[in-house]
Amino acid sequence: MRPLSREQIAWRAARDLPDGAYVNLGIGMPVRVAAYTPPGREVMFQSENGVLGVGPVAAEDAADPDLVDAGSQRITLVPGASTFDSAEAFAMIRGGHLDVTLLGAFQVSAAGDLANWDPLRTDKGPLLGGAMDLAMGARSVRIMMQHTTRDGLPRLVETCSYPLTARQVVRRVYTDLAVVEVTERGFLVTEIIAGLSREELAVRTGAPLQFADGCAVLAAPDLA
Amino acid sequence: MIDKRVTTTQAALAGLHDGASLMLSGFGGAGFPVALVRAVERLGVCDLTLIMNTLRFVETYAPLLFEERRVRRAVCSAARGRGERPSSFERQLFAGELEIELVPQGTFSERVRAGGAGIPAFYTPAGVGTPLAEGRETRNFDGRLYLLETSLRADFALIRGHRADRWGNVIFTGSQMNFAHAMATAAQITVVEVDRIEDEPLPPNAIDIPGIYVQRVIALDDER
Repeated sequence: MRPLSREQIAWRAARDLPDGAYVNLGIGMPVRVAAYTPPGREVMFQSENGVLGVGPVAAEDAADPDLVDAGSQRITLVPGASTFDSAEAFAMIRGGHLDVTLLGAFQVSAAGDLANWDPLRTDKGPLLGGAMDLAMGARSVRIMMQHTTRDGLPRLVETCSYPLTARQVVRRVYTDLAVVEVTERGFLVTEIIAGLSREELAVRTGAPLQFADGCAVLAAPDLA
Repeated sequence: MIDKRVTTTQAALAGLHDGASLMLSGFGGAGFPVALVRAVERLGVCDLTLIMNTLRFVETYAPLLFEERRVRRAVCSAARGRGERPSSFERQLFAGELEIELVPQGTFSERVRAGGAGIPAFYTPAGVGTPLAEGRETRNFDGRLYLLETSLRADFALIRGHRADRWGNVIFTGSQMNFAHAMATAAQITVVEVDRIEDEPLPPNAIDIPGIYVQRVIALDDER
């Protein structure tokens, strides 16, 4: 069994972005998705600080400190890009204009509840950002995360124990072990890595799993 | 004659008093008014309310505001310090010495925008069903719940822009604008530091913030 690396999860999530889509990527693992946009598809990445048409991270000698994405990375723009203010950026988000948002998470529940902003620590403060707006506003909310915590506890759960970002919004989850749809009947596995049995995946998951007819092998190329 | 140019940070901050509320623009360092915030730090004013997206930029550029406990209250979407160790504001937050109103980022910019546009309150989907909505007014529109949010105004807004003219018109570069437009409309006194102030009027169709919202402009070196 070889769980997917973070880069491979990003590669897998990128494969599901259609040509012409407008997409917001959360900070951390999701922002890596842009690098794996399949050839031949033009996807416009929005950054909620006020950029539509985010391109690759700028080379160090060409970086402009006044042109950044929501993760404070110095970026480039693609042809057709535009810049605007935060209120406009969130009008795009809440107004239903974004096709997809890909976010990180601590937990996702079988009902599609999302928890991804409050680490429940008493030494580091909360990092809310635009997650609540994105989770309520994007047409499709997709999550990328490790299947379990560092301690081996499930992140796909019956009920979130972390404070919620939004209720019943998550449609699909990409993990290092599986691709899981959130349906009206709970979690539905559509892809699972080779060498991991359905029973072993169920043990690593905190809510009942169903398996799609034709559940496929989750595989990704070797990536740096 | 209209002439909003000032030449010293003392003149730029004239009237800033103990107990004032202060909006600070900037996202990922772009558009953050470093020189003006440092001047606020030198001024020694206390009992401040900060209205800004993320507190860590004050910790970076004007650490005394927190270390000397001159901030009483903050409205923000992120209260996470840099690094793994708790920062000064995180320690104060968990000791109950700093009051924080945590706001989803899109709600944050819309509350500021509304404040400057004469709208006292509005409903938004962001935050419904989360701890942020507990005990607050929600309302059902067309079968979906929305959360009531009130607008924000402030005594001062401090902004970093690219170019200005003597009429207070401002142009930004890159992703500098972020919260600046909304904040300029919502503050009693808006001060914009820029790379340069042109002798000639800026082109009317290229202006990002019309001068009516801006009280003072000052050319200051970028102190990042």
